[in-house]
Amino acid sequence: MTPAVVATDGARVNVAGRAVLDEVTMTVRAAEVVALLGPNGSGKSTLVRALMGLLPLASGTVSLFGTPVDRFRQWSRVGYVPQRVTAASGVPATVREVVISGRLSLSPWWRPLGRVDRIAVDAALETVGLGERAGESVARLSGGQQQRVLMARALAGEPELLVLDEPMAGVDLPSQDAFAQTLVGLVGAGTTVLLVAHELGPFEPFVRRAVVLRAGRIVYDGVPPPASGHHAHPDHDHVHPHAPYESEAGWLTR
Amino acid sequence: MMELLSYPFMQRALVAAVLVGLTAPSVGIYLVQRRMALMGDGIGHVALTGVAVGLLTGTSPVYTAVVVAALGAVAIELIRERGRTSGDVALALLFYGGIAGGVLLVGLSDSGSTGSLTAYLFGQLTSVSGSDLAVIAVLAVVVLLVTVGLQPRLFAVCQDEEYARAAGLRVRALNILLAVVAAVTVTVALRVVGVLLVSALMVVPVAAAQQLARGFRATFALALTLGVVFCSSGVVVSYYADTASGATIVVVAIGGFLLATLLATLLGRVRGHRGLVDSPQPDDLALDR
Repeated sequence: MTPAVVATDGARVNVAGRAVLDEVTMTVRAAEVVALLGPNGSGKSTLVRALMGLLPLASGTVSLFGTPVDRFRQWSRVGYVPQRVTAASGVPATVREVVISGRLSLSPWWRPLGRVDRIAVDAALETVGLGERAGESVARLSGGQQQRVLMARALAGEPELLVLDEPMAGVDLPSQDAFAQTLVGLVGAGTTVLLVAHELGPFEPFVRRAVVLRAGRIVYDGVPPPASGHHAHPDHDHVHPHAPYESEAGWLTR
Repeated sequence: MMELLSYPFMQRALVAAVLVGLTAPSVGIYLVQRRMALMGDGIGHVALTGVAVGLLTGTSPVYTAVVVAALGAVAIELIRERGRTSGDVALALLFYGGIAGGVLLVGLSDSGSTGSLTAYLFGQLTSVSGSDLAVIAVLAVVVLLVTVGLQPRLFAVCQDEEYARAAGLRVRALNILLAVVAAVTVTVALRVVGVLLVSALMVVPVAAAQQLARGFRATFALALTLGVVFCSSGVVVSYYADTASGATIVVVAIGGFLLATLLATLLGRVRGHRGLVDSPQPDDLALDR
């Protein structure tokens, strides 16, 4: 069995005294591709942020590469793509400038970035198909292209584990395809991927395991069943009511 | 122009203005980046209490202002970090407390009138002494070492703080360092434009530069250049027009901002036309499926 890259045991996260995540026990092993699914408010993003050490645990443990997250220091092994509406901020920044941030965890603060870093940034931009737009202002890109910039930032550090929080939210179809192709390449190269998604959609061909959260607890962990019928349609938005555990394919994605 | 340069007090005033023109935007750009453009104002308010402590105890107001402003800036940063809505009110209390404390303490001092506060409220550039200038120069070098030397890291933290934390950067240390550097800058700029206009020098050159630049480094370089241009030309104008130097510098800077905006609109019209042809927005295409 390959070593555990991400492991949680009875993880609980409280927000304002209330558990928004409870008894979460799961393990992601090297080279696995795992989708974290569930309805809005089920705790997917909370779990991801707890894994990244951004939220304190009320109880239980979270570890990355065998080290408890609060003592974990090798952050360059992890590429994180947070959920963002935009990659822009109050001052203009070029695509390249945003992506360079992904190299900072690899060197001490007093060492300037060098040629190796520039090559890695170029490679990451090529991977997401934005090589030609490196010098443009991120604010001028479409929402989907900005998501790809954030992806490139995570890839620039050449991580072993890639954690993506709803990378497809608000992303146009051409960018979705580019995104999916990028992931196929990374998975082929042995990168471990944990991604949060509202529905599998374009990830379906290469996701081998799905973990489903509901009200802060894991309710399913196993092979994702193929979406079929109208659930497979890209425009399907799952607004109609389902029984909680019906057997119809596609229920995972509610 | 030659006549102006022949007076030692004007030479010192110009050098001080150039140093402030360089340092203020170099810190201000990070505050604008994280959409906290008014933080410099808050620090300035708190610094006034520091000035008053100096006047009261007979210490040089610059030193006490640096210490009190730094403490205030760290407090502001810690309140911001918690991100609660009540933080807004806490900041307001700190700002008003700073001004009120300053006025109150100056009233208690022997030199006794709030009149001596005017120099610090609105700046008194021509009174900068040789030793003042030495202090300003040293502080300016320290500020620039931090804002230029740590640029990639400060950029990452101000661009996306949560990502920076997940990337293992020492976010809190960088934030506190930035707050202290902002406090030092405010104190340096105090003599030039005063507490009430200090923030303008941190923000307006950046606002003007970002009308014209596409990237962060370009905005940074242009903002520092514009800062120097605004400050030195403001001093020259104030000499000939016989106006208050601080206010003149800020008025010149705002004029520069309007000019930059106009220029950007004209350039945008030229560029935007070409942009529509060669880059269709994929988001719109998605709706067709």
